[in-house]
Order: sequence, then C-alpha cells, then structure tokens
Amino acid sequence: MQKRRKLGRGVAVVGAGMSKFGMFKDKDSKDLFAEAFTEMLSSVDKGADPNDIDALYLGNFTNDFFMHQGHWGPIISDLIGLAPKPATRTEGACASSALAFREGVFAIASGFYDVVLVGGVEEMSKRTTEEVTEGLALATVPYEGKVGFTFPGVFGALATAYFERYGATREHLMNVTIKSHNNARLNSKAQFNLSIRDLMNSRIERAKKKGEPVPTWADEKDFLRDLRANPVIAWPMHLYDCCPISDGAACILLVAEEIAKNFTDNPLYVAGIGQGSGRGLHAAEDITYFEATRYAAQEAYGMSGLKPEDIQFSEVHDCFSMAEIVHLEDLGFFKPGEGYKAVEEGLTRLDGPKPINTSGGLKCKGHPVGATGASQLYEVWKQLRVEAGERQVPIKDLRVGAAHNLGGTGGTCTFTILERR
Amino acid sequence: MAYEKPLPQPNADTRPFWDGCKEHQLRFQKCRDCGHVRWPPSIICPRCYSSEVEWMVASGEGKVYTFVVYHYAYHKAFENDLPYITAIVELEEGPHILTNIVGCSSDEVRCDMPVKVAWEDVTEEFSLPKFKPAQND
Repeated sequence: MQKRRKLGRGVAVVGAGMSKFGMFKDKDSKDLFAEAFTEMLSSVDKGADPNDIDALYLGNFTNDFFMHQGHWGPIISDLIGLAPKPATRTEGACASSALAFREGVFAIASGFYDVVLVGGVEEMSKRTTEEVTEGLALATVPYEGKVGFTFPGVFGALATAYFERYGATREHLMNVTIKSHNNARLNSKAQFNLSIRDLMNSRIERAKKKGEPVPTWADEKDFLRDLRANPVIAWPMHLYDCCPISDGAACILLVAEEIAKNFTDNPLYVAGIGQGSGRGLHAAEDITYFEATRYAAQEAYGMSGLKPEDIQFSEVHDCFSMAEIVHLEDLGFFKPGEGYKAVEEGLTRLDGPKPINTSGGLKCKGHPVGATGASQLYEVWKQLRVEAGERQVPIKDLRVGAAHNLGGTGGTCTFTILERR
Repeated sequence: MAYEKPLPQPNADTRPFWDGCKEHQLRFQKCRDCGHVRWPPSIICPRCYSSEVEWMVASGEGKVYTFVVYHYAYHKAFENDLPYITAIVELEEGPHILTNIVGCSSDEVRCDMPVKVAWEDVTEEFSLPKFKPAQND
C-alpha cells in the first residue's frame, strides 16, 4: 500500500499553449517554444504578465544528441525574457515534460513560488531515422540497445508476450491505429491530421493520376493488412503501429490555487499527480504491464480520492499501438487482458464512454519526445474547458481528465489528473 | 571479413561475464548473502545491497519468453541478417536474458519454445551468447 500524499497547497492550471507538431526544416527549438508560449499567453482569460512568472521548468530529452546543444533551460528563459529568473531542465526520456509539470507543481505547493511556467521542447526531424533511433535508444537500459532492442522491438516484444497471454492479435492493434487517426483528423495541430480512410483515398487518387493499378482495399483494416501500404518494421509492429519522428513544443502556466481567479474564472486544478520508475526488460518477469505506470496511477488516485471510473477521458502514451492497450489496463480503466476488447468495442472512441487520446495521441498528433507530456496536458486543458472544437468529447458535466506519460522502456512513468470545480 | 556489429564494452563489473562467454560459459552473479540470482552484473545486490557475490555457471537452457522479428535494420551491419529475431529468454535458473534466436526461421519461433545457448565466436576476444531451438541437436 502506497503512502497517501497531499500537496502542501493547491495548484491550478490557468493557461496552455502548443506549437503545431510535425517535421519542420525551417523551425528550431526556440521557434517552436515561442509558438507554444505565445498561444499560452493568449489563452489566459484575464491575461498574464510574463514578469510575474517566478521560474521555468523545461523538459527536453535528446537535443544534446540530435542538435549538439545542451543546457536548454537558460536558452528558453532568455527567449521569453525570463532571465535572470531560474530555469531548470528536467529529463525523463519521453516523459521529460511531465516531470517539468510535476516539479512546477511541487515548487508552488511548497509555497516557494506562486507562478511557474512548465513545458517541453524537442527537435528531432533534422536527423535520419537511424540517428533518431540510436538517440532514442539512449533511454533503453544498457543491455537492451546492445542486443538490438530498439524501441519498435521493445514494444514488439511486449505485443508478442501480450498476444501469447491474452489471445489478442494484430487485428486488435489496428483498432487503435484507426481510432487515433480518426481523432487526429479533427486536430489541426496534429502531424497526421487525416484518417486512414483519407490516406486510402489519396493513394487511390494518386494511382489513378499516374495511370498505375488502382488499389482495391475493402476497408481500413484491409489497407493495414496490405504489406505494401503498411510494411513490417519489427514484427508484430508494422509502420502504422509506430509514432512518427516529430518537432514540437508545449507549455502550461501553473499558479497557486488562491490566486487562480486573478487569471481566469475557469481554472483547472491539479487533483492528483503520480510518478514511478521501472527496471527495464530484463528485470521484469512479466512485460505485459508497466510496474511504474501502476505505481504512478496509485499515487495519483490516492492523492485525488478519485477512482479509474471517475476519469472521464485520458491521454495515454501510445508511442506504439500496443502501448495504448497496456496503459488502459495499468491505469485501471479496464482489467488486465481486456484493454484490447474495450478498444474493439469502441469504448475508447471520441464518442465512447471512455475517450482515449482525443488529440490523436503520439501516433498521429506526433511525438516530439520532451514536449509530449506537456502537450498531453494541453489536450486535457482544451477538453475540460470545452475548447477542443470538432474533437470535443460529447460528455455532459465534464469535470475530470488525465494524462499518462511514459519514458524509456517504462523507466519513468507519470499520471496526472486535472479537474474543474 | 572484419566483424562490423557493435561489440560489448566490458567494465570491471561485466568483465567476468564476457570472460565466461569466451569460454562458452554463461556466468551469473549470485548474492552470497540472500541468494538472489541476477543479470546483468552489478556491484551490489538490488535486494539486500550486499556486495558479496559468487559467480555461477548457468546451464544455458531456457525458453523463449517473448520475441520480435526485425524487418528493418537500424545498423547497416545487420542488413544482411534481415529478418532477424531478437528475444527475451527465460533461463532455467531464473534470470531473463536479452539475446537473438538463431538456427530457426522467424515463422518457427514461438513463445515458450525450449532453447539452448549457441555461441557465436565473433572476434578473438568476444563470443556472444545467442540461443537456438533445443530440439535442433
């Protein structure tokens, strides 16, 4: 039984911003963060004075390796005129900016600061796929990368074990992919804002124009079964099971609960935050779940007094389609071995009882690793404030949303619950 | 032809493991105080923090816990091996080891398949522990 934890004082979210995600040849990390920051400022209903920001916590994972530039805290604080106020970088692989959020919450809860900017940024697309894979493999544990376990392999191995244990198949993973694309189609900031059906139609049009044989796929799954359209990367992971390489940034403005109404009449409150650490593939007797996610979830549920059924919608870390199914189970939304059935039954669709990854998720929104955690919370902010436009979840009395972020092979996992009051 | 794939980089903790491999022995650490068998090697026992350790030789037999079949090489030296199998093997003695399955096609490999170690002498200094189906003898 985990110790039940509480914040020293309440913390509210009063603004959020996110750059478009994608592959941008002519935008660097500073450009991307500026895009997120300016949107964040304009999102604060009663306005925010940047001079009131006490400190910055910034998540970033791989810029040292990909851009040969480290020490991003002060670079970003200089960009937004925050220097000489403190800037701290957090690193937890793909969960880096969820850690920034958490540190920002603690800094306010302790009473030390009142207004804190948290966020993340990552610039990945200027490197080849091989270089990016090597860079991301820095987050595996030492023996994983050396024997050929890069990330598609890690989640492929997880899928093989899950299939063996619960009887799921690749067809079930396709349900996740199709849903993610359907949601991302409604998100103009998503890297792939188009459905699988849109993709099929554009390929058919292209073939017709070029006078080539026109593909005849019966439906989306038929397209995903076609090895020319959806080649194997690391079986059972095919191309459309994997998230893309992305650039992007996101940020969130946190303030002490007692001053939240100075910024907006519609703030969100941090109801629960949890974080866990994991031990790598070799150490786990069973890799069909992530111990660190379960730990983080228990911490967040314990702190908030909420149960999995109280979470009305959630972003989860779907770096691979298989990952989404496992997270649904680890977070307690569905029982172990039943996540894939829930997806198949449509329970996690935008119009289902438990919408998951309404943004399109990492798979389609994009996964600029150090920005992902903050961007998930940006989505929760948009949904809870009923500002998500076409992809707004059709839930009455919307009150509680959450985000789950995972780093490495489950080495760092977080779960954050936000609520309206 | 020179071996072009990544090679182990032994340190004080892992040198006995790789020295064992050279002699075609899979060596594991066993805590002298609590008896916990561990892999990879480390300076203290993660359960009781004892640094008293003995090296034991594993039988080299186990079963496939899970696997993945690479159809895309991220390192040029692996291109000729495609499709190759990367796996987690559960050893008889308990530890899970990350390895490759050889001597078996990607259509044949299965979870729980019995396997045994198959040594690949890749350089003068290094032999790598890979695993092959146990019935292939």
